[in-house]
Amino acid sequence: MPNVLNILLIPLLPFVNFLLLGLFGKTYLKKSAPIIGTVLMLASAFLAFQTAYEYFFVYGKVGEVYQQLMPLKLTWLVFAPGMQIDMGLMIDPISVMMLIVVTFISLMVHLYSLGYMKGDGRIATYYSFLGLFTFSMLGLVLATNIFQMYIFWELVGVSSFLLIGYYYDKPSAVAACKKAFIVTRFADFGFLIGILTFAYCGGSFDIPTLISALTSPDSNELKTAIGYSFVGVSAISWGAILIFIGGAGKSAMFPLHIWLPDAMEGPTPVSALIHAATMVVAGVYLVARLFPIFSIAAPAVLEIVGWVGVISAVIAAIIACTQTDIKRVLAYSTMSQIGFMMFALGVAKYGGEAGLGFTASLFHLFTHAIFKALLFLGAGAVIHYVHSNEMKDMGGLRKNMPITHTCFLIACLAIAGVPPFAGFFSKEEILLAAFHHNRVIYYIALFTSGLTAFYMFRLYFSIFWNREHSAHDSAHQDHARHGEGGWVMMLPLVLLAIGSAVAGFVPFGHFISSDNQILELPFHLLFSIAPVLIGITGITIALIMYKTSNDLPAKWSAQLNGMYQLAYHKFYIDELYLLLTKKVIFNLIGNASAWIDQHIVNAMINAAGTITQQFSEAIKKLQSGKVQQYGIYFFTSVIIIVVVLIYVWN
Amino acid sequence: MEPGIYHLLFISTALFFIGVFGFFTRRNLITMLMSIELILNSVNLNFIAFNKYVWPGKMDGLFFSIFIIAIAAAEAAVAIAIIINLYRSHQSINVETAEDLKF
Repeated sequence: MPNVLNILLIPLLPFVNFLLLGLFGKTYLKKSAPIIGTVLMLASAFLAFQTAYEYFFVYGKVGEVYQQLMPLKLTWLVFAPGMQIDMGLMIDPISVMMLIVVTFISLMVHLYSLGYMKGDGRIATYYSFLGLFTFSMLGLVLATNIFQMYIFWELVGVSSFLLIGYYYDKPSAVAACKKAFIVTRFADFGFLIGILTFAYCGGSFDIPTLISALTSPDSNELKTAIGYSFVGVSAISWGAILIFIGGAGKSAMFPLHIWLPDAMEGPTPVSALIHAATMVVAGVYLVARLFPIFSIAAPAVLEIVGWVGVISAVIAAIIACTQTDIKRVLAYSTMSQIGFMMFALGVAKYGGEAGLGFTASLFHLFTHAIFKALLFLGAGAVIHYVHSNEMKDMGGLRKNMPITHTCFLIACLAIAGVPPFAGFFSKEEILLAAFHHNRVIYYIALFTSGLTAFYMFRLYFSIFWNREHSAHDSAHQDHARHGEGGWVMMLPLVLLAIGSAVAGFVPFGHFISSDNQILELPFHLLFSIAPVLIGITGITIALIMYKTSNDLPAKWSAQLNGMYQLAYHKFYIDELYLLLTKKVIFNLIGNASAWIDQHIVNAMINAAGTITQQFSEAIKKLQSGKVQQYGIYFFTSVIIIVVVLIYVWN
Repeated sequence: MEPGIYHLLFISTALFFIGVFGFFTRRNLITMLMSIELILNSVNLNFIAFNKYVWPGKMDGLFFSIFIIAIAAAEAAVAIAIIINLYRSHQSINVETAEDLKF
């Protein structure tokens, strides 16, 4: 049976870290803050691995099915009988898998930050924010109740906001954190309405209850929910769409992705943790968590999920090919890979072999977290070394940074889908699922995976090869003094590189599937020829263009001028948003409302004042101060009243 | 000729309107006070007349008259106090000089 205390401690230890360092870090624990944070995270990760081992190998499986366990469930708010918000811990295959991912990546980032953030004045604050983020992410993963999930979902958003804006004296960072917060908050509004719709239809906030109420074909709730409809779409589909909007906002799906590239203003380890490996996959986790509802009650919405995913994947990949800021390339690559996960969910069905996409999606989530964290941490090491994010300031670094170079290469091979690295296996399953379900999506995805290989190796060659630095390059000699960053920065890289190399061999279908039964992942050698070939083609093109500095890239971009400019400017989506907000919302709606406010609402208030004033001006002469005049008023009034009483009311 | 109720009511009505006229036309506060006394006494006369001719066996009218006389005395005391104070501050008991309490 699950050990409640152990599982409870997994999220609580980072929370203790947050409280301790947040309250006392600045004054008392300035020196020891990073150590305290890392040790607490280490304990939390240890407990998570122990829990995962026990769940998967000791008590989790009854017969052939993994159980959904709720070792802790406390009632928190009761609205009506059966309609209550609980706080609890949910242990099932996907939450346990996420526990491993979150705690492991978080631990790596804590460790790496020891070196990367050394000497920063606010390091205690930094570690307390990391603790807050880890706590909220773990709470989100473990939520038993959709409302609990929403609470932690918002907390995750807040900690992301705090960490993006960590360098608060940089105007671009401030703008980026506001943008991230507003865009995701806007999407979360959809999530909230979706939750309320689901809760109204299913009669509960509790995830298992909700799923069983909305998926069994003879349940009354499902029939009623399908019965209600708004503009031709049933209530349940609206709920699913709205929840997906929330997930798309957090997971940077097109067209709500605009915050993610800007979020790279945060410290690089934060980008690795939050904006690459863990928080941005929350949307995928959300859809996976409610997958039975999507799949059984709202299959049309699942189709939308698939298309949004694949469109995001291809758009992000195209943009990534043109960006010159290495973190932005990685940000778009993250968006593209999350698009892969989303459309994998979109092409899946509930149960059995058809659930391949579900397993593939979470498999890719798992492997992507590892190699993307590695890529970001490697990029962090490079940025630490050259003090710049721009590709043009780099080149020829393989001799100066041998460990980083090797690890980065492994990660690039993994993301490009070269066997036997991790990304190959997970991407293979995704493509296979897409192949069986939807050929159009499959071909777009195949093209995208070629682009992935191209832009990743463009990045790799630009950083580590391209132009060679001569000895008299003074800037580099200056950099070389602090080397690659010491063992605290190299250890996470090496561990993650090992992970990226071997994670693909995990028999993932044995642990995670849409119906919690064992699914043997199919593997066809013939099928994998096409993706691998297209990946290698991408790598080769990148090799020709970027291995040594030549004029090919400039020539090709000049030839594709229109397309290149379009992609370089990110398809002008940011500009479109600006146009929408400035021209449409501010000018059209905002100015009109301002006019109404000034000329109608204000006028009404002013008129009330003016009328009162004029009226009092008119009657104030009655109060003359002349006693006899008052006497006349009195006398006349008495006479009038008497006349009325006698003759009128008689 | 024995005076009847009509005579008495005629006198009281005449007194009442003389009082009202005096109250509205005189500017001297003492005279205005005297006019008010006339009005009160016309009411007294009314009470007495109705008591004597309409309900001869009852005493209510008499008691009301006595009340009104007592109240009139108290009212005169208060009014004269006010008038004295007004004289002290305005050096006049002309009602037209006392117009300070207005809009």
